[in-house]
Amino acid sequence: MLEIKNLHVSINNKKILKGINLAINAGELHAIMGRNGSGKSTLAHVIAGKDGYEIEGDVLFNGESLLDKSPEERALAGIFMSFQYPVVIPGVNNTYFLKAALNAKLKANDQPELDAMDFLALIKEKIKLVEMDESYLSRAVNDGFSGGEKKRNEILQLLTLEPTFAILDETDSGLDIDALKIIANGVNQYRNSERAILAITHYQRLLDYMKPDVVHAMIDGKIVKTGDMSLAHELEEKGYSFLSTKDTN
Amino acid sequence: MSDVIKQAIDQEYKYGFVTDIEQDTFPPGLDEGVIRAISAIKEEPEFMLEWRLKSYKQWLKMEEPTWAKVSYPEIDYQAISYYSAPKKKELNSLDEVDPELLETYTKLGIPLEEQKMLSGVAVDAVFDSVSVATTFKSELEKHGVIFCPFSEAVQNHPELIQKYLGSVVPHTDNYFAALNSAVFTDGSFVYIPKGVRCPMELSTYFRINAANTGQFERTLIIADEGSYVSYLEGCTAPMRDENQLHAAVVELVAHKDATIKYSTVQNWYPGDPKTGKGGIYNFVTKRGTCLEENSKISWTQVETGSAITWKYPSCILKGDNSVGEFYSVALTNNFQQADTGTKMVHLGKNTKSTIISKGISAGKGQQTYRGGVKILKNAHNARNYSQCDSMLIGDKCGAHTFPYIDVRNPSAQMEHEASTSSIGEDQLYYCNQRGISTEDAVSLIVNGFCKDVFKELPMEFAVEAQKLMEVSLEGAVG
Ligand SMILES: Nc1ncnc2c1ncn2[C@@H]1O[C@H](COP(=O)(O)OP(=O)(O)O)[C@@H](O)[C@H]1O
Ligand SMILES: [Mg+2]
Repeated sequence: MLEIKNLHVSINNKKILKGINLAINAGELHAIMGRNGSGKSTLAHVIAGKDGYEIEGDVLFNGESLLDKSPEERALAGIFMSFQYPVVIPGVNNTYFLKAALNAKLKANDQPELDAMDFLALIKEKIKLVEMDESYLSRAVNDGFSGGEKKRNEILQLLTLEPTFAILDETDSGLDIDALKIIANGVNQYRNSERAILAITHYQRLLDYMKPDVVHAMIDGKIVKTGDMSLAHELEEKGYSFLSTKDTN
Repeated sequence: MSDVIKQAIDQEYKYGFVTDIEQDTFPPGLDEGVIRAISAIKEEPEFMLEWRLKSYKQWLKMEEPTWAKVSYPEIDYQAISYYSAPKKKELNSLDEVDPELLETYTKLGIPLEEQKMLSGVAVDAVFDSVSVATTFKSELEKHGVIFCPFSEAVQNHPELIQKYLGSVVPHTDNYFAALNSAVFTDGSFVYIPKGVRCPMELSTYFRINAANTGQFERTLIIADEGSYVSYLEGCTAPMRDENQLHAAVVELVAHKDATIKYSTVQNWYPGDPKTGKGGIYNFVTKRGTCLEENSKISWTQVETGSAITWKYPSCILKGDNSVGEFYSVALTNNFQQADTGTKMVHLGKNTKSTIISKGISAGKGQQTYRGGVKILKNAHNARNYSQCDSMLIGDKCGAHTFPYIDVRNPSAQMEHEASTSSIGEDQLYYCNQRGISTEDAVSLIVNGFCKDVFKELPMEFAVEAQKLMEVSLEGAVG
């Protein structure tokens, strides 16, 4: 589904990603673990199409290069990113925002758009899955939300928009154990054999609930090791240094 | 809805067409003779002519104001024609209206007939200077409501005109008001009798049509004791090369326990988006007096058009416990300039005013908010709440805020809040990542910003206002 080929990315001539290769198939959940600053979010944004990167290599989605496409086109093609730092949009109603997003997708797929009533019925079902109070629907997008609430709101969007490929950028950071379970539950609801997920995280905690098929360790813009869940445990136990020393030699 | 938005965004100025109707137009120029001629055509009583002449003499002594933060080439008042009317007048039914005119209304989306019946809105459409169609008269008459062209009111209700005309905006008030008083040709008149709640929203659509014909509308609304009226004003204008002057005067009078709600969605031609050429100059004097106790006047405006806007809908809170409100959204894009705001003058005890102003600047738009709050000596326990927010889109536009506060009674409670924000790249990216286009994201954010004002508008106007914002912001963000 998603294929990344020898991807090099820099910002203002500073090299951030240094030759990433990755292939994610439908039905799979891949995890990327890595320390702060190793380039995980950069990878996520490059897939989502954020502006301002110098890019070499290629990112293919269902066989087609994404690099010439706008973020909006990528989103409509089925790519979703749960932001590490969800953006606050004051004044814009959460429900209204999500409805605009869903209807943009429906329209792009030549499907009938939902009216306010139908959408409200849908969103009220979805919000139960992330155990958020309905009052969040009438608040402005992420405005005054706590860190954990913002992350749940991202998962609510994921469950509503039902993309084919989801990037979760540290959706687990800063969550207590209950919130973590809710998020993991939400993500597991989303999973099926036609969808794929790239989950970025520091910790194995989330992965314990989500059971990734593949785990990658990222250091300084490179994937230095790929394995299964046991790699996540190993990283948790020994830290990243055992990989990085090997890498720098 | 979003189809409509797309269409709206894709078109240039939608209402930029000119109707080909034979016009009865004076040659350009202004002198006493022109004023006498206007008065004569309108078969006005003597007091009207006198008032016009008095105003004209006053105007001659005055100078065009320069304090506003707007700049424009000098206006040649002798190059303007002061009267223009469709040839056919005094129509009894819509069938008699020029079919081309009706088609113009259709293009403007003014549902003059059945649609209005359904939505319960009576329309007194001002086409250039003479009102040609008035609907729902009989329904209103049943309640004793007078809603008619100003010139008709001069004929049929001279005593009301004589009593109230100039009582809120005197002919000496300002340069443009004096000019209007001298040469106005028509407008709307509303009288709501004691204890009557007007059974429908009253609305007038203005439209400038004849080239070079300055528009001098005059509106007078009187709400007698215990009455209520909601009045809607909406404007669109055709594309033109010459700048067109619009200097209207609106006077509102609210008696004891009466409420007047005046809503405007204004969309005059803003000028060529690339050069700013050809836009409307909108120099308007709007003021209401809360004459007696417990009266209320509420102004709501959405200003997206005009090359230049100079406009300060104000309230004089004379009666004890009277309330004045001002809710405004003003948008300047491309080369538009707006100097707008309000003035709340507290004279009575326990008077209360609320000001909510939302200014949006995009392109090279320049916008000034000027808000005056005056609490006079006898206005015990007066309260004012002012909130003034600006949003900047891009880095070539400007927003300026001038609050003037003058408090002469120590019991006054004043609250003032202000903010400036911009639409961030990260917000647009976030929306884009969710599949929302940049254009839709901007209108989502802008509409969110304006929400507190839009919710004051009557329903169908609110929808129209949102559409207008979208059209007006076309191309504002890369
Ligand atoms: N806009 C930017 N300008 C300059 N440096 C950046 C920018 N964004 C990220 N970086 C740098 O790129 C590196 C990787 O950042 P990031 O992808 O956010 O890492 P991670 O998500 O793994 O913590 C960091 O050193 C960070 O400082
Ligand atoms: Mg990160």
